[in-house]
Amino acid sequence: MTKREKTLKFVKYVVLSFLAAAAAGLFVAYFIETTGRIESEGLKISSMSFMQIIVFILQKYGLSMLRGAGISLYLAFVGTAGGCVIGFICGILTTIPSSKRDNPVKRAVLYVVRLVINIYVEVFRGTPMMVQAMFIYYGVKLLWGLNLENLTAGLVIITVNTGAYMAESVRGGIISVDPGQTEGAQSIGMTHFQTMLYVIIPQALRNIMPQIGNNLIINVKDSCVLSVISVVELFFASKGAAGAYYRNFEVYTVTMVMYLIMTVSLSRLLRFVERKMDGPKNYRLAAGDQLAPTSGMLSAPKREDVRDGR
Amino acid sequence: MADNSPVLEVKGLSKSFGDHEVLKDISFTVRPGDVTCMIGASGSGKSTCLRCVNLLETPTGGDILFHGESILKRGFKTAAYRAKVGMVFQQFNLFENMTVLGNCVSGMRHVLKLDAATARKTAVDNLIKVGMGEFINAKPRQISGGQKQRVAIARALCMSPQVLLFDEPTSALDPQMVGEVLDVMKQLASEGLTMVIVTHEMAFARDVSNHVIYMADGVICEEGPPEQIFKNPQNPRTAEFLERFIR
Ligand SMILES: Nc1ncnc2c1ncn2[C@@H]1O[C@H](COP(=O)(O)OP(=O)(O)OP(=O)(O)O)[C@@H](O)[C@H]1O
Ligand SMILES: [Mg+2]
Repeated sequence: MTKREKTLKFVKYVVLSFLAAAAAGLFVAYFIETTGRIESEGLKISSMSFMQIIVFILQKYGLSMLRGAGISLYLAFVGTAGGCVIGFICGILTTIPSSKRDNPVKRAVLYVVRLVINIYVEVFRGTPMMVQAMFIYYGVKLLWGLNLENLTAGLVIITVNTGAYMAESVRGGIISVDPGQTEGAQSIGMTHFQTMLYVIIPQALRNIMPQIGNNLIINVKDSCVLSVISVVELFFASKGAAGAYYRNFEVYTVTMVMYLIMTVSLSRLLRFVERKMDGPKNYRLAAGDQLAPTSGMLSAPKREDVRDGR
Repeated sequence: MADNSPVLEVKGLSKSFGDHEVLKDISFTVRPGDVTCMIGASGSGKSTCLRCVNLLETPTGGDILFHGESILKRGFKTAAYRAKVGMVFQQFNLFENMTVLGNCVSGMRHVLKLDAATARKTAVDNLIKVGMGEFINAKPRQISGGQKQRVAIARALCMSPQVLLFDEPTSALDPQMVGEVLDVMKQLASEGLTMVIVTHEMAFARDVSNHVIYMADGVICEEGPPEQIFKNPQNPRTAEFLERFIR
């Protein structure tokens, strides 16, 4: 990046942050002024304007909705992280190569493992998460007499559901890494496991970062279906607020904005992480003194020699 | 070298993909310090032969001996074998997720289990040798093809291989970059590294190798010292093939 581009970017950030801060400040001022007026003038909800109702709702239910948003984020992060772990385990297991030369036990085990993973993926990708939530929550209760806490149940369901999607993504990510990478690793004697760990998985992870991000954002939103098993996330909290005053439109305006703020900031954050993963755009040439001390007396050539070698 | 017993012996090697028989009864021997060049038309099976030697393809018949031991027998430690028999590819196959230095260090760290300092020192030494010392911090996508291939050679050298296999190391390169890679390989040959090189660079094969194998349609048509193959080919097919390259 040139200096000019850097400066421009910096200015852009300053301006944007200033605008955001100004908007937030204005709203806070309006909020304080309006709450004061509602108190002093004893306004009835039926005679309030749209913005006044929003302030009123925020005052009464803002905190519980914020807490709900927190739970939504929590569900999304844990679900995506756990889903990635499941996805990587499944993806790695399904891509273990098996040839006819392998011993029959290994091949049988691999076959069963693949079958189980396939069934898992088909079942959890092929049914709505809302139905899965009901099925698991009440199923566990009935079959094992286990009374899962709602949030725990929610976490399990969103994790298992995301895992099913990630299993396919990871498999795709692994397959899409150039086979030459595997051959390069094998040609220096790496085992399948080492090849995976040091060469393939890091590249697969980078390849599927956009999908992981997508899943995270989908999970922020779709965690709302867990309200069917009374997980108090943002949608559940909003329903409570809306029911209290029969003010659906105003409450869900707030809910919409809250979801949007979460998803937009997350997608920005993910871009940033991806850029960090790619490393610097430029590299520094190693100077002679960076090479010499490590390379021993005999073979440390002068810098000119290195140049000539090209 | 005192012990001149063969490093590699390929005996009656054959390979089919389905019912397409790509290699038929290939036999040759590689002794320590040999520079063996395999030449032949496109599709004659040179790459397949080299890949069989490195077990990237499984031969369908015949045998390959490494220091007299079959590499095809059950329970053979393939990974350990590959650590001793390196390979350089036409498409470089550098690890995209690592820097130039990381590419060279990874095999020594994870396969040879060397400590970090020794591995780094060896890597830097070998990178300097191929003229890539300055680029240790670069990622593969940030350097040119010729530079990539030299890094790939350095990566293979870091494993201190007993034999180094080259599959058309210069075929994906501009003529100008071809020279820089061939220079490195010439230097390795002069140092006595045992190499098997598949190449279309006839001048290089003539000047550097001490054994040339001419392949056509999956069989060895003719093999012998470069003087014989290039100046006085015994097989008319060899003569015909070489006519297109050398006048
Ligand atoms: N994986 C494969 N599956 C089926 N056929 C293959 C496979 N790999 C190679 N072949 C066939 O084997 C034959 C020999 O291929 P090979 O790559 O060994 O030739 P080559 O001598 O290296 O040619 P080139 O000089 O173009 O690299 C070709 O006819 C090719 O179609
Ligand atoms: Mg080839």
